[in-house]
Amino acid sequence: MKEFLTDQLKTQEYFLNMGPQHPATHGVLRLLLKLDGEIVRNVDMDLGYIHRSIEKMCERASYKQIIHLTDRLDYLSAHMNNEAVCLLAEKALNIEVNDRIKIVRTIMDELTRISSHVLWWGVTGMDIGAITTFMYGFRERELINDIFEETCGTRLTMNYNVIGGLRYDIHENFVKRTKDVLKHLKKKLPEYDKLLTNNIIFQKRLMNVGVISGEDAIAYGLNGPTARGSGVSCDIRKTHPYSAYDMVDFEEAIFTEGDSFARYKVRIKEMWESISIIEQLIDKIPNDEYKVKTKAVIKLPVGDYLQRVEASRGDFGVYVKSNGQKFPERLKFRSPGFANLTALNKMAYGLKIADLVAILSTIDVVVPDIDR
Amino acid sequence: MILNIFTDIHELLLGLMPENIVHITELVLIAVAYLGIFAILGLFLVWLERRIAAFFQFRLGPNRVGPMGLFQTVADALKLVSKELTGTEKADKFLYKIAPYFVITTALMSLSLIPFSYEIHAFDINIGLFFLTSVSSVGVLGIFLAGWASNNKYSLIGGMRTGIQMISYELSVGMAIVTMVVLAGTLQISEIVEIQKDGWLIYQGHIPAIIAFMIFMIAGTAESNRTPFDLVEAESELGAGFHTEYSGMNFAYYFLAEFVNLFLISSVAVILFFGGWLSPFGITDTIPFAGLFWFVIKVLGVIFIFMWFRWTFPRFRIDQLLTLEWKFLLPINMVNIVLMALMVWLGLTL
Repeated sequence: MKEFLTDQLKTQEYFLNMGPQHPATHGVLRLLLKLDGEIVRNVDMDLGYIHRSIEKMCERASYKQIIHLTDRLDYLSAHMNNEAVCLLAEKALNIEVNDRIKIVRTIMDELTRISSHVLWWGVTGMDIGAITTFMYGFRERELINDIFEETCGTRLTMNYNVIGGLRYDIHENFVKRTKDVLKHLKKKLPEYDKLLTNNIIFQKRLMNVGVISGEDAIAYGLNGPTARGSGVSCDIRKTHPYSAYDMVDFEEAIFTEGDSFARYKVRIKEMWESISIIEQLIDKIPNDEYKVKTKAVIKLPVGDYLQRVEASRGDFGVYVKSNGQKFPERLKFRSPGFANLTALNKMAYGLKIADLVAILSTIDVVVPDIDR
Repeated sequence: MILNIFTDIHELLLGLMPENIVHITELVLIAVAYLGIFAILGLFLVWLERRIAAFFQFRLGPNRVGPMGLFQTVADALKLVSKELTGTEKADKFLYKIAPYFVITTALMSLSLIPFSYEIHAFDINIGLFFLTSVSSVGVLGIFLAGWASNNKYSLIGGMRTGIQMISYELSVGMAIVTMVVLAGTLQISEIVEIQKDGWLIYQGHIPAIIAFMIFMIAGTAESNRTPFDLVEAESELGAGFHTEYSGMNFAYYFLAEFVNLFLISSVAVILFFGGWLSPFGITDTIPFAGLFWFVIKVLGVIFIFMWFRWTFPRFRIDQLLTLEWKFLLPINMVNIVLMALMVWLGLTL
């Protein structure tokens, strides 16, 4: 019988083309899976489906224009991306911004982080199969987006930062609305735990799935919440404080398990930390100018410049090589998603397709950030 | 009176044609009536699911077409009927086309066994429950064939998962039913309901019956491919799973059959545990056709629980699904049958 089975019924590994149009790949990521039944044997990542050569475009754009292009990288942390370019130019030109600008920028950063994380929470729930979470995530995100809309007119690609300050002053309702949203979030985040975090099915789906050790995380260059789930301390807000992060007291969310559930917990904790950061700052906004006067045409002095910020997905870096002209000679974005995605094969090897989806979800890829 | 409506129709037909032709005509009439029930049930349940999902997600759901959006699903069905039937070139044409009919025919056959009330019961045989479980397990073939014949890897994975899932959970459904049959002492559906005049079986059988009910609900969710057991069409993993390549009416067949199966599972739960068409404490048992009201109310209650599951829980992974069945549900079920048998033997039932 056994001989018959081995003779007649052969098994073979096969390839499955997951994406570029696939609900779990969050955009246009193409994964070429080598499968043994349902078990993942290899993941090949094929990028480039949304490549817009933004870095090259930046070489033909003035520094003020570059800010607008950074929105289109990781659109869920548009404000942080904008800020990176602004901080870089301000550092190069020695522009000192006042505390009002710093504090408003930081509050907006953290609001963006919360809005990005609630969306991530909803999408993760949906990837694991709980569709209702998607709507819950969007409910809270809408409230934050409303604040953005009132402040600067746009909800997603904000462009609120300009070199030397902010585009507009904050709206008179800003403080009140932000406090209302925080109150709402404090009520709803425990609800998130009830619905998803404490669900036994959800925990079983994420625990011990996609484990990556701290050493491997560093070796792969993981960053942001993905690396902090493996116990790697890498929060730019702590290591290289910018804007108003040196004025506030907050804890870096670190979990050491290295599995998908640890990454999940990191993000949930980050939302709480963001709420605490905003609460510390919201009453401290001083009355001051919202913008420092800058020249009409900005030319950075000759030299190399690097600015890193902690975007929602991790360490977002801008590197500029300037030759003293109004356009940069060479510009490079270091996006968090690209480094995080490289570890996918390592994490998913030997697991099931369903686990691959869970891992992809907890490293939280945004494809336009990876394909620049 | 309304009670005589069936005899009236019978006599009217007898006046028009010879007796054997009357029998055939009546069979056709009943079949058409059940097809109608099938379609209305499917469409209504799709609407209900969408509304309930919407309320779980603080949306409104369909509320424009007709009163409370009731005709939205009718409009959707019309759209699906008018759509072109596309298919893959390399599909196994014969199996690909025949697969939806397996699902829909078995659902319809099972539906004929369901007693909507004392009066409305088309097919009452002495092996009723046995027939029901065996027919509904043929329906798996439809999903399995669809997954195989579509010549699409996503469909194939969906089909493989169906095979694994259905074979496993069929056991649990079957054994939960057997537990209740031990208590009821009959397989005939009408008799099972009549026994419950003194008290619903979940009350008569208390502890083992409650365990059996819980197992039945879990396994029933798996049987109807609903969250948390919707691995077959796991949207975030497989796109649409086994029906990825189906369009138009062929897709609608799967969609409707899924909801009719949900109704069937809920009906069996109501028949086995909650007294079928019987009213609570026999308050309206003498009124003709009142059973229909109670039956529908109870079934909707059970369906609501299934929908609640669906919009709350995340999905299992395939190995977790099998662990749950083979390592937990099945052993519990076996012990439960013995427990129930002992209770019946010792006369501990209420």
